[in-house]
Amino acid sequence: MNHQHLFEYVLQLADNANVLSHRLGQWCGHGPVIEQDIAMTNLALDLIGQARNLYQYAATIEGKGRTEDDMAYLRDGWDFYNLLLTELPNGDFGKTVARQFLYDTYALLFYSELKNSPNEMLAAIAEKSLKETAYHYRWSSEWVIRLGDGTEESHRKMQEGLNEVWRYTDEIFQPVEREKILIAAGVLPDLAALKPQWEEKVRAVIEEATLSLPEAAGMQYGGKTGRHTEALGYILAEMQYMQRAYPGLEW
Amino acid sequence: MNVTQIYKLLASVTDPEIPVLSILDMGVVRGVEFSEGIVKITITPTYSGCPAMNEIEKNIIETLRLAGVSFVKVNTILSPAWTTDWMTEEGKQKLMEYGIAPPLSPSADKKALMGEVRQVTCPNCKSKHTQMLTLFGSTACKALFKCMDCLEPFDYFKCLR
Ligand SMILES: [Zn+2]
Repeated sequence: MNHQHLFEYVLQLADNANVLSHRLGQWCGHGPVIEQDIAMTNLALDLIGQARNLYQYAATIEGKGRTEDDMAYLRDGWDFYNLLLTELPNGDFGKTVARQFLYDTYALLFYSELKNSPNEMLAAIAEKSLKETAYHYRWSSEWVIRLGDGTEESHRKMQEGLNEVWRYTDEIFQPVEREKILIAAGVLPDLAALKPQWEEKVRAVIEEATLSLPEAAGMQYGGKTGRHTEALGYILAEMQYMQRAYPGLEW
Repeated sequence: MNVTQIYKLLASVTDPEIPVLSILDMGVVRGVEFSEGIVKITITPTYSGCPAMNEIEKNIIETLRLAGVSFVKVNTILSPAWTTDWMTEEGKQKLMEYGIAPPLSPSADKKALMGEVRQVTCPNCKSKHTQMLTLFGSTACKALFKCMDCLEPFDYFKCLR
C-alpha cells in the first residue's frame, strides 16, 4: 500500500458522495411533494458534508497544496472514481428511490465495517457518516415499500426503477486494484464478504414491497477506474462550470 | 483568563440555526485547553454537512477576541461522533420554549419516528396527540411534525446516536 492507493481510494469514496449528492440536489424544486423535495435535499446535504470530509482528507494525503474545492471542481471525468450507480440520471421518483435504496443499504453495511478501520481518519468519517446513513436508509427503504406495495402504477414504476439500476450494483462489490491492496493491508473491509449481507437486506425489503428481485444480467463496471457513462460529463459540466469559467471565484 | 472563564464566554456563542441554544447547550464543544499561550478549542459537527460549523468557528474566535483572548485555535474533530445525548437538559428546555420539540430518549425516538407511539409533545399546546409529517425537516437535524389538537406544524429535533 502506498500513498497513491489511499489517495485515490479516498477520492473514490468522496466522489460517490459528491456525485450522488449532486443528483439528489437536482430534485430541488421538482420533488413529487414538498416534504420529499426537502428530504432529498437533506440527504444531498449530508452527502456533501461526507464528501467534504473525504476531499479534505484526500488533499492532506496528497500534500501538494490542493484543497477540497480543487478536488471537486478541477478534476476531469477520467479522474473521478465514483460508482456508475451514483451518476445514473434521476429518472422518475421510483428510479431515484431505487438508486438511493441500493446505495444506502451498501453504505450502511460498509460504514459499519469501515468504522473499525485502523486508519483513524477513515474510521472517524465512517462513524460520522454511519449515523446519517441510518436515516437515509430508513427513508429510502420505506419508500421502496410504500411505492412497491402501493397502487398498480407506483408498483410498476418502482419495479422499473429497480430493473434499470440493478445492473450497476455489482460494481460496488468487485474490488479494483487499489481496493484489493487496501483490503489486503487490512485498511478496508472485504467487499466480497459484504455482498451476501447486502443481498439479504435488499431482498427482505423488496419482498416486503411485493416487488421482485431483478435479474442479474449485463452488469456494468468502470466507474471506479474512471470509465464512466456519458452522464458524468453532464454532471461535471454543471457542477464545475463556475470554477472553470471564473477560476478562484468565491461568494 | 482560565478554562472556566473561557467556558463562560463560549456560553454566549450560539448555534446560528437555533439561536436560543449555545454551543455548550448543543454539546458541540469537546474541550478547552491552554498550550503555549494559545487557547485550543475542540468542536465537533452535529451533521457532516452542517453549514453552521464555519459560522460557529468564526463566532468563537470573534467572541474570545473581543474578550481580549487573541490567540485562539479551533480544532474540529469527527470522532467520537456527536450525539443528541450530549445536549444539556437546559438546552432541551430552551428548545421546547423556542418551539422545537427536543430529542427524546433513543428508544422513544425510534418509536416516534416509526409512528408507533405518540411520544412527541407539541411545543405549542403540550398535547401528545401529534403525528410525524416527514422524517426530514427544515434542517438536517429535524423532522416535521403536526399537532392534531392545535393543528400547528412544528419541528422535532431528531435523535442522533
Ligand atoms: Zn399543539
